[in-house]
Amino acid sequence: MADPYTTLGVPHDASQDAIRDAYRKLAKQHHPDLNPGNAKAEETFKAVSAANSILSDPDKRGKFDRGEIDASGQEQAPRESYRDHAEGGSGRRYSRTGPQSSGWSDADFGDIFNSVFGEGRQTDDDRPSHGRDEHYALSTTFLDAVNGATRRLTLPDGRTLDVKIPPGTTDGQALRLRGLGGPGRNGGPAGDALIEVQVAEHRHFRRDGQDIRLALPVSLSEAVLGGHIEVPTPGGPVSMRVPPRADSGTELRLRGRGVPAHDGLAAGDLYAKLNVVLGAPDKALEEFLRNWKPKNAIDPRLDMREQP
Amino acid sequence: MIGVDVVIAQISGLKRQDLERWISNAWIRPDRSAGGYAFREIDVARARLILEMRDEMEINEDALPVVLSLLDQLYDLRRQMRDLNNAFTQVVPSDVRRELAAHLAMHSRRAQI
Repeated sequence: MADPYTTLGVPHDASQDAIRDAYRKLAKQHHPDLNPGNAKAEETFKAVSAANSILSDPDKRGKFDRGEIDASGQEQAPRESYRDHAEGGSGRRYSRTGPQSSGWSDADFGDIFNSVFGEGRQTDDDRPSHGRDEHYALSTTFLDAVNGATRRLTLPDGRTLDVKIPPGTTDGQALRLRGLGGPGRNGGPAGDALIEVQVAEHRHFRRDGQDIRLALPVSLSEAVLGGHIEVPTPGGPVSMRVPPRADSGTELRLRGRGVPAHDGLAAGDLYAKLNVVLGAPDKALEEFLRNWKPKNAIDPRLDMREQP
Repeated sequence: MIGVDVVIAQISGLKRQDLERWISNAWIRPDRSAGGYAFREIDVARARLILEMRDEMEINEDALPVVLSLLDQLYDLRRQMRDLNNAFTQVVPSDVRRELAAHLAMHSRRAQI
């Protein structure tokens, strides 16, 4: 058993602070849970911990200095290690891909087995086998995803592919194109092309399930007097009646003008939330407001004061 | 079943409010049972590791999520490696395994140059 001062790399007259600092520095470097599979780090860490358990305790340190105990007498009991659990099946509990996952995705198999194994196995295996699934990402506009569209993709091998994005496609949805992945071997069927659709955000529309939400600017006179205004919807502009005496925050519904019906789901609605925009008020409005004595004066911030 | 009190008794220096905060941060994810939290051994070991990182290695709690995320990724990879290794031993004929090992050894030598 080495001299604990040597193990921690401190002089015999080191202060307790210096010993603690030396221990911390070595523990960060050699902690076995941070160095799984590194036996040398584990040995070093054990020695460092043992040395620290003597030197960090002034009482034990005194006994050691006086020769009453030796360095080996203070070896600690085996540590309960996180690593032992984390490396086993129980470690999936803290997996970055979720506790239910096996830790393996198709992509991993694709990467590892095809690059490591692909060629090697072909030679000694003449059974028909399924081609592998190819993964692609396709970004699309918000409106194409809502309404559906057809897009032409050029694959890395030069083939072109017409991809039909069905109406109501959501961000992250994967489209499977059967038989358009890697070729099968020895007469086996081809794999599939899996296309993950990434849907961009829209400047005005926001999707909420089958419904679409929209903040709709209206002028002061449209809000107060009401009237017909044109509202953009994913399917094109439609005319909508704003009731008189509407206010900012009023939500109006256009039935069936949200995401179109698809996959057995009925068409959603479009919810337009009014947002009164003053623009640049002119002299006449300023004059009017100066002389205006409202009959039902309101305090728009009453609620804020009552429930701060 | 291991409950909160047992965990606190087992890990010296661990305070209840620390453990509760780590659970609400999802750094430790015990099961929930009728009587409160139910910890498994891995949860206890992880709590001990977090305490050591914070108190002995002085990794403050702001930095801990980064460290934990990297650790979790490291252990994911190590589990994958172990699975892969098991699959190799069961599926791949021994002569191919030897060839593979020789190839990897050669490749890593080349990478060092």
